[in-house]
Amino acid sequence: MYGYSGKILHIDLKDRKHWVEEKPESWYKTYIGGVSMATRLCWENIEAGCDPYDLGNPVCFANGIFAGTPVPVGGKYGLASKSPLTGFIGDSLSGSWFSIAMKRALWDGIVIHNSSENWIFLFIDDDRVEFLPAEKLLGLGTYETEEAIRDMFGDDQVRSATIGPSGENMVRFANVTNDGRQAGRTGHGAVWASKKLKAVSIRGTNGITVADPATLLQMSFDITDAAQGPHTAKYRIYGTSTNVLNANKEGFLPTRNFQEGTFEFAELVSGEYLDEHHKVKVIACAQCPIACEQMSMVKKGPFAGSMTGIEYECLQAVSSNCGIGDMTAAIRMVDISDSSGMDTMSMGVSISYAMECFERGVLTKEDFKCKKYPDGFEPFFGNGEAGVTLAEMIRDKEGIGELLAEGTRIAAKTIDEERNAESWKWAMNIKGLECPGYDARSLKTFAMGLAVGTRGGCHNRSSAYDADIKGETNRFTVDETRGVVAARSEEYAAVYDTLPMCKFIRRCFTGKADRAGAWPTIFKLINATTGWNFDYDDVELIGIRAHTIKKAFNIREGWSQEDDDIPYRWKHDPMTRGPGAGHVVTDEELAYMKQLYYKAKGWTEEGLIPKKVLIDLGMDDVAEEIGV
Amino acid sequence: MVASTSKFKYIVCDPELCIGCQLCEYICSYTKTGEFNSYRSRIRTVRVDEVLITAVACRTCENAPCVAACTRDALTQDPESGIIRIDPKKCDGCAWCIEACDFGAISINHATKLAEFCNQCEDVEDGPQCVKICPKDALEYTTPDQRAQRTRHKLVKDSLEFPQKAKEPR
Repeated sequence: MYGYSGKILHIDLKDRKHWVEEKPESWYKTYIGGVSMATRLCWENIEAGCDPYDLGNPVCFANGIFAGTPVPVGGKYGLASKSPLTGFIGDSLSGSWFSIAMKRALWDGIVIHNSSENWIFLFIDDDRVEFLPAEKLLGLGTYETEEAIRDMFGDDQVRSATIGPSGENMVRFANVTNDGRQAGRTGHGAVWASKKLKAVSIRGTNGITVADPATLLQMSFDITDAAQGPHTAKYRIYGTSTNVLNANKEGFLPTRNFQEGTFEFAELVSGEYLDEHHKVKVIACAQCPIACEQMSMVKKGPFAGSMTGIEYECLQAVSSNCGIGDMTAAIRMVDISDSSGMDTMSMGVSISYAMECFERGVLTKEDFKCKKYPDGFEPFFGNGEAGVTLAEMIRDKEGIGELLAEGTRIAAKTIDEERNAESWKWAMNIKGLECPGYDARSLKTFAMGLAVGTRGGCHNRSSAYDADIKGETNRFTVDETRGVVAARSEEYAAVYDTLPMCKFIRRCFTGKADRAGAWPTIFKLINATTGWNFDYDDVELIGIRAHTIKKAFNIREGWSQEDDDIPYRWKHDPMTRGPGAGHVVTDEELAYMKQLYYKAKGWTEEGLIPKKVLIDLGMDDVAEEIGV
Repeated sequence: MVASTSKFKYIVCDPELCIGCQLCEYICSYTKTGEFNSYRSRIRTVRVDEVLITAVACRTCENAPCVAACTRDALTQDPESGIIRIDPKKCDGCAWCIEACDFGAISINHATKLAEFCNQCEDVEDGPQCVKICPKDALEYTTPDQRAQRTRHKLVKDSLEFPQKAKEPR
């Protein structure tokens, strides 16, 4: 078998032992890799119904099919556990060297069970597994931890996935970070901390061979060339931060905790401004010829010296969304979150939630006492220093930071119970995961796409905003087409998330990013790598299966239709300015679109999956457990 | 950084352009071994900090110290190209050449116990494959004289402001 080793590594942290599980080729053809295989491993190894911090919640890595080959942007892996934020599947992706080291160590997947008594890190040296004490690494940032481990082994090919101080403190939205990239959003860092697992380090020394190297190389050369042209110019020159001005113009730029969709200081926090004043260098993940990560530095002022990679989602979450028009404070906040290993988007929305609580009098200056400001401070929208201080407090779980570190859903529930308030009305999360940088009141297909998302409020898994923004659908209204649009958009995204390949390459195959433009290249790449005989329909099935296993996981964990919802604000509080002014997604509109969506998926009216659908996808054992 | 005094061509990387993608390592190891494996690449990327990135291969020094250091006379330098050649019957993997190299451009193959050098793909029709694949044109197959010329050009271009013809963004 080319492209895979056929082997999954299981590691038990409690008994400090490991074993190898062999999987048949048919299993790989069904689940491929990335989020699909990681979710499947989680499905197979979790104690269903367990608390995300319990021993029974496994850490599941699944590698990419193209990792370790020259296929552009194929150096990615999937990571899955039950998410402490949502209680449903927490499936993440991260790029760069870690996946390649894992491939060369000849592991298709790694499942980590149970938990350790003392802080440890794992060193997987090809087929050898070592359990090493991590006390000396505690408190180190994400990148520092990686460097310390490389120093320990004296080999820069030792690649590590780590958690930082936020993870150690069990910030509920802490990330796992490798090579400066994050497996983000759903709180993997907190799950690792619950197991006292500081890092997983891998050294892989084996060479990787593929079925048809000549074809694979030629295709890789062609895609690499195309990736230097107009199809990726946006990512290479300004990075995704260039979206700020467009989102502002179209009126869906989250502003002051999603109260408005236009920000008067948008230009000061735009990708263009970043490029002119702060950009140091653009860097890439391993195996990527695009290079989108705009390394940006604060050169003067109180936050001088901060440097990190800035992209749209993190930028909007900490700038416009907090009313902050000071790019230096924004960079500092992202730097705190990246180096301490937490999710910038959830952090930004948790901070903006606290700011709104302050402005509405639910929280007062008294509530914002900390070592730095013993008498408290006033976190009104736009207060950059307050944003930075709150980021530090969340990282350290200091003062109010301890509550905000639980994410907006738990924070709001606690505050509302304590103070008889209704702050849940502006707690901007979906299934517990904080909303992304697209205000969905005026992107109605996307609103439903987010509501039904298996991961919660995530723009990466549902890309239904695309149709709304491009005008393929009327973003202000609903109609009978929306179910199909949302279903197909998430299945499209799931193909990339399962291979996995970075979606930024999607236009570089033929110039067209749609299925007809991309699928033929993708099945040829799969075939040249594995020697299989995949066709267009097989590629389509990759996405459908990936999405189905995630949904099946959620059903087994107790999902019901009421979980497919959007925040109160998007249903009841219209914006007052910009193109989105006056619009909300009503309960009736959402219920109507959800039914259209379930129908488009071939599911029941309750949103459950019929046995036949699962059996037709080759998922018989899943049908047995949750099929109706 | 130690400068090469060589008249020979070598492969050099511009750290301002290098993005750290490692595609050079992939193509190099594939060209030499048929497999994709950074450990077998004759060119190695170096990332010292998040933004300090470059790649290093044999600089074909004149009077190469690795040749002088070899205790078994296993290394010779091609007088025309400067490429270091190895006699596999003599080399025993003792790594004195690695000690002598100022650039860290030599590695030992653990399977064969032989030192491995960049040979500028002299046996490949279209020359150094890493230069060919580099997506950002950060790698160059050049001589010190050419490098000096380029630096002069860049200096003038960067320090004097004349109207310039618009170019495609790249």
